[in-house]
Amino acid sequence: MSDKTLSQKFVSYDALPGWLAELAKNATVYAPQREGTSVVYRPFKAGAQLELNERPTESAKHVIFPRGESLFSYHKGGDPEDPDNREVSVKEAQDPGPAVVFGAPSCDARGFFAFDPVYNGSGTKGAAKDVYYLKRRAQTAFIVRACKYPLVTCFCNWVGGGPTSAEGADAHATDIEGGLVLRALTEKGKALLEAGKLPDPTAEQQKAAQKANEQSEKSMGQAPDLKGAPAAILSLFENAEFWMTQTVGGCLSCRACTFLCPTCYCFNITDEGNGISGARLRNWDSCMSAHFTREASGHNPRNTRADRMRNRVGHKFSYYPSLHGGRFSCCGCGRCIKSCPSSVDIRKIVLNAIKEAGNV
Amino acid sequence: MSIQEELIQAAKKALADVECVVGWGEGPEAVRHTPLKVRDEAGAEGLRAGFLSVNNPAAYLRMNNGKKIGVALKGCDSRSLGQLVAEGLVKREEVLVIGFGCDGVIDVEKVAALLRGKCELAAVRSCKEEGGDIVLETPAGDLRFAKKDVTADKCSRCMYPNTLDADVFIGEKREPVVAEDDYADLARFEQMSLEERMDFWEKEMSRCIRCHACRSACPLCVCRNQCVSNCRDPHWLTQADGVRDKMFFQIIHATHLAGRCTGCGECERACPMGIPVLLLKRSLSRQVEQLFAYKAGVDVEGVPPLLTFTLEEPKIKERDW
Repeated sequence: MSDKTLSQKFVSYDALPGWLAELAKNATVYAPQREGTSVVYRPFKAGAQLELNERPTESAKHVIFPRGESLFSYHKGGDPEDPDNREVSVKEAQDPGPAVVFGAPSCDARGFFAFDPVYNGSGTKGAAKDVYYLKRRAQTAFIVRACKYPLVTCFCNWVGGGPTSAEGADAHATDIEGGLVLRALTEKGKALLEAGKLPDPTAEQQKAAQKANEQSEKSMGQAPDLKGAPAAILSLFENAEFWMTQTVGGCLSCRACTFLCPTCYCFNITDEGNGISGARLRNWDSCMSAHFTREASGHNPRNTRADRMRNRVGHKFSYYPSLHGGRFSCCGCGRCIKSCPSSVDIRKIVLNAIKEAGNV
Repeated sequence: MSIQEELIQAAKKALADVECVVGWGEGPEAVRHTPLKVRDEAGAEGLRAGFLSVNNPAAYLRMNNGKKIGVALKGCDSRSLGQLVAEGLVKREEVLVIGFGCDGVIDVEKVAALLRGKCELAAVRSCKEEGGDIVLETPAGDLRFAKKDVTADKCSRCMYPNTLDADVFIGEKREPVVAEDDYADLARFEQMSLEERMDFWEKEMSRCIRCHACRSACPLCVCRNQCVSNCRDPHWLTQADGVRDKMFFQIIHATHLAGRCTGCGECERACPMGIPVLLLKRSLSRQVEQLFAYKAGVDVEGVPPLLTFTLEEPKIKERDW
């Protein structure tokens, strides 16, 4: 592995809650916890049961890009009987404060690389910076945990990742007998590791971690070559029949795929008020919803499910990489496949597109 | 011939009359089939039917654009069609129904719970049926579970194992599991106090991501792109990411399905966050059954009680009040 390790520690499973409690003194620590049949990132509190046997159902996207956030709120005070004597107070968005995401699989940390060039102003020479996103991004640290084995829906290695990748991580954890071997990869990560009075890993533990990581990488199947995907998908833009056959009898046009996706970054802004007080809200939006492109006139350029599927696949595997140095806006976590009510498989659609374009 | 083989043959035959046949096929995960639409004989070979055929293909009935389509439906699924026809939302003559007797379907979350600590559900590489068991090939070795331990709850209260109103019926008929739904699950839930129930729903709804898969997977959710959840006029719901609005949406959803929901459970199955939203609908179904003696979707001639007006309801003796 090429990443530079700044320091290493070992945390036993028994000592883990204590370490997280220590971190939680200075930051909101989001850690995977079981709720019913799903695993969600919840702020860590004393006594919380961590779920380390199952990958989180949701991605960690909401830590930096909340499902809904108030950009500002207002309240009209003063005398309601006297319109000239109303006082309007406006409250800005709150500073979210520092956060740590513990136990994210590598795909969750890598997902934010799809956000960054869109929100950090690099495409607009700094003119359009998303301050809300950037504030949270700068204040959030990632402790990524290597995956032990892949799911049948996993394909991180198709899109430049890997089950033990430390890309985007401040610290990286690998499960060995009895606990986790932790590696700090940034100064932020180093400080997190220092916080716990944790022992250094023995040479044996380091070796076990290395072996576990190698084994995990090996367990991924062969990745197909997706180099041709952007051009292939673009060439099928007007092939309505292709997109229809990839969509019908499957996609129900819900938004589970995009809302669970670590890289989907679209939002909508609405004003919600009752005349006396209200707020301007930013919420996740989804190109799989018909409302996404409905114009004020009522016309909808993406009126069918097939139109919307073309956009989702096209954006991730063609338009985005053509704008952002070839990087797909997909981290291969497979949640869109695993949690789709009708098991729509984006991998199949991309491979079918490459094949179809070759046949045209 | 197995049901699956017979279904393939029936679908091939049906394709002479219809544009396509919707049923089930193999999906990316071994433990569940995925909806499959086939248009020709070769495609029909990919059809599957059995314990893993969980999805309700009736969800696709209103996407046929006026052309006649074929559809394979389990008994419970066929109630959705019955209700859609009763409401005039689907023309019965535009659908060719292939039916069979169902022995129950899998609840993958029950499998996930049994696998917990060994491996994740999506790591299962293959699933074979052997008599009353399923055998899973997993990273933790081969694991065997009794089908009865991983069968969906709705199957244990099944009154309609045989497809209703089928145009083609394959295989043998099955006996109903129960004569009447006793709503025991609701009775258990209602042992909680109102405060406890409120706490329960607030906790459950707090992980709702508002994907609204519950709505999209529902065969009876017919407002489609006019759903109140996205509507600005009337502006009943805000877009705030709060438990209050999420719950409000679920209550509107359940109320809109009162006397229409057939209990197929697709809302709950589709929820990626595992929120038990079917409970809300079952509560209203029980109410409608008790008040109006109406079961949704079992009689295409039946009149959905909340879509009509009767001067005197047989079970509401308001003149005696």
